[in-house]
Amino acid sequence: MVTLRVNGEDRQVDVPPDMPLLWVLRDVIGLTGTKFGCGIAQCGACTVHLDNQPVRSCQLPVSAIGDRAITTIEAIGQTPEGAKVQQAWLAVDVVQCGYCQSGQIMAAAALLARVPNPTDRDIDTAMSGNICRCATYVRIREAIKQAATGQQHGLQVVVDGSAA
Amino acid sequence: MNARRDQGDAFDAGRRNALRAAGSGLAVAFLWTAGMGPAVAQMSPRRQAADAAAAAADGNPAFAPNAFVRVDADGAVRLVMPAVEMGQAIYTGISMMLAEELGVGLDQIRVEHSPPSDALYGQPLLGGGQITGGSTSTRGQWQALREAGAVARETLVAAAAAQWHVDPTSCSVARGVITHVPSGRTLGFGAVAEAAGKLPQPATVTLKQRKDFMLIGKPMRRVDSPDKVNGGTQFGIDAKIPGMKVASVITSPELAGTLGKVDDAKARAIPGVVDVLRLDNAVAVVADNFWLAQRGLDALDIEWKHGVNANLDTETLIAALQESSRNGPALIGRKPKGEAAADGKLIEASYISPMLAHAPMEPLNATVHVTPGKCEIWTGTQVPTRCVAEAARICGIPAEGVVLNAAYLGGGFGRRLETDQVEQAVAFARQVGYPLKVIWSREEDIRHDRVRPLYFDRISATLGADGKPTSWKHRITSGTVLGRWAPGAMGKDGMDSDAIESAADLPYDMDNVLVEWVRHEMPPGLVVGWWRGVGPTHNLFVVESFVDELAHAAGKDPLEYRRSLMKPGSRALGVMNLAAEKIGWGGQPLPARVGRGIAVGSPFGSHVCAIVEAEVTEQGQVRLRKAVVAIDNGITINPSSVQAQMQGGLLFGLGAALYNGITLKNGAIEQSNFHDYRSLRINEVPELEVYSVESDEVPGGIGEVGTAIAAPALTNAIFAATGIRLRRLPVALAQLAASPDALKRVAAVGGEKEDVA
Repeated sequence: MVTLRVNGEDRQVDVPPDMPLLWVLRDVIGLTGTKFGCGIAQCGACTVHLDNQPVRSCQLPVSAIGDRAITTIEAIGQTPEGAKVQQAWLAVDVVQCGYCQSGQIMAAAALLARVPNPTDRDIDTAMSGNICRCATYVRIREAIKQAATGQQHGLQVVVDGSAA
Repeated sequence: MNARRDQGDAFDAGRRNALRAAGSGLAVAFLWTAGMGPAVAQMSPRRQAADAAAAAADGNPAFAPNAFVRVDADGAVRLVMPAVEMGQAIYTGISMMLAEELGVGLDQIRVEHSPPSDALYGQPLLGGGQITGGSTSTRGQWQALREAGAVARETLVAAAAAQWHVDPTSCSVARGVITHVPSGRTLGFGAVAEAAGKLPQPATVTLKQRKDFMLIGKPMRRVDSPDKVNGGTQFGIDAKIPGMKVASVITSPELAGTLGKVDDAKARAIPGVVDVLRLDNAVAVVADNFWLAQRGLDALDIEWKHGVNANLDTETLIAALQESSRNGPALIGRKPKGEAAADGKLIEASYISPMLAHAPMEPLNATVHVTPGKCEIWTGTQVPTRCVAEAARICGIPAEGVVLNAAYLGGGFGRRLETDQVEQAVAFARQVGYPLKVIWSREEDIRHDRVRPLYFDRISATLGADGKPTSWKHRITSGTVLGRWAPGAMGKDGMDSDAIESAADLPYDMDNVLVEWVRHEMPPGLVVGWWRGVGPTHNLFVVESFVDELAHAAGKDPLEYRRSLMKPGSRALGVMNLAAEKIGWGGQPLPARVGRGIAVGSPFGSHVCAIVEAEVTEQGQVRLRKAVVAIDNGITINPSSVQAQMQGGLLFGLGAALYNGITLKNGAIEQSNFHDYRSLRINEVPELEVYSVESDEVPGGIGEVGTAIAAPALTNAIFAATGIRLRRLPVALAQLAASPDALKRVAAVGGEKEDVA
């Protein structure tokens, strides 16, 4: 039995110690917002936070976690950076198929927690491990800048469609 | 719909009619209504025979005037989506078309996946099948969906007017509220839904003028965004069914190879492993979770049996295509109108376009529960009714016994136009009593992709004294996707209209054009499939590269040369001029080893020009510096979606051109995951600008246009930067090095690649 602290709650799971966190989250705990994309830490779709650091959960055995706090996409909106990132993601409408976006948002939130006003190079470094096959990269960059500065970057979308 | 008619000239009349409906000029394509016979289903804005049952199954709403609109007694408005959402923003576009006429805001509606039904949700441009592909959704539904919204609105207004005893024309509708304008009285949709459900439908409806649009033309937020930023969206892979087990599978790595002996003792010894299941060509390990299933699969000792492809490799396949290209038989896709000029400067070239995998971010999966007489499926698919038909066939039950639960698609790119992974999951699941989720690892996804076909092209032109072509000959050789996937849509002469799209219909004003296609049968097991951009992606690479070659041979600027070949006032010329102006073509000189490449075309009923600026380092590394895309897609539904599709589509195509090619060795695909089948990453993305031409023409397609125009703009830029003409994709870095010495320098530093994360 392993105890994991997931999104602020203690979870007791009966799994082998070498089982990767990704599959414990998805198939045992039932948090499916964290995604399987490649299984070899190449695509970043499985990114979660361990004590606010982004990690690839597909390559992280649960036995290596200890008492570090796990945060997933389902709870990232409760952190200041996560909320800002989600808001910016909606304002410039980053998502397309959306499958990689959990990982993108987790990586972006971790970046802003570490570097509040990232340069393009900071964004490249922090985000280049996350593949988006829809290639939403232009808007990912704009949304990160918007989340960081509060200023508009790129096309802003309209929500309700009432008379302009 | 028109039945197929005799061919008048290069294109048959039926295809022309379908295209006229789709608002395209001459483009052939992924449109094959004509070939499918007279009994083509197509969506109707009015009540259909199948509607009552569909509405009853959909919560029995108070008002369900057609297959798309549901208004509940509490005023909730639910819109049923005839196409599927795989990232292209079609749920938003469909909602805008319906809501525009219905008179609600996008914040006031909920969207629903449609159930499988060709009768209710058939795409008229694709033979009436419930198919999302070929950038057809907006083109095929633009009229019907606005009418469906208008039918609903006018019926609701009639109900309100009857209650008030007033003339319906004295009422207006906005944001789900009907107002009697003279008196100011109001009623919400919910209050009249029940009464509206009992009224006859209006015989005719009047659609809004463009100037009165409230939604169409505005950059609306996607209806699926909120759940996609918090992990809430349910993709097929997220299905959670009580009692479900999870399987990891491996299919014979050698294409068309079969399963021999399997020693599963070690796998079965792993706690949590439940079953080991076999098919003729595959084996699955079932466990309590996917990781255990993968461990079980790794523990199997499998003996594969060789098949016909044991000695197949890529170069053999290319040689076979070249042989077919030489010996034909060639079908004619476009005949020359004039006579070839007697003499001139002959330019000839041949091109090779590689096989490509789709690699959608969500690995292929399907969850299936087979019980006596019944098969229930949970999956994301571009072809719901095909999945139902295949499941029924495999289980030996009527289609009525199959239930398909739709989900969002974590990417499609054409891969989910296939049903192979669903068929395999059904074949495994019918061996067990519990619901079975089958997930393909990324390795399975790439090794068993239904790949974009390999193409071999020979192309030539004769240039007159003014440098313009007096003749143009293009022979395409490939396998056929259409011939397998919709054989009834092939031309009577056996022509594959997809194989020649954007080759037969050039944006250039030339008469003496011969375009031919040679069908080359792929080896069994090497199944070719639709890949984003389909035929045009390949043809535009060849055509636009070759036009660049002609410009160079004629000693002309590539932009000026194209201008000289295009009809004044054409939409293709319009987008080319816009893109050239925006990037400042011909302005400031560029640094050494930096070049700009231009490509223009008219795929999918739209017109597009891309200009890419790239640097090629001394070592042959290509860096994308800047890209400008200009698009004329007729009336734009959602400018935000158009921009997003052009950005993403272009980058998808640039990434493939730079890095991707599926190769075969001993009959097996050599690539397996993102380390050897690379995807473009954020640090490689150029500064990218998208510009739209204002247009009153009917909407064109958008989802594949950016991808289709990407490769030639890149290779033309590389030519401008280096003088090296790439006639085979993907871009081969070694070919681009300034000198052998430069390459040695990169080898000496240990192949370090700062652009790989």
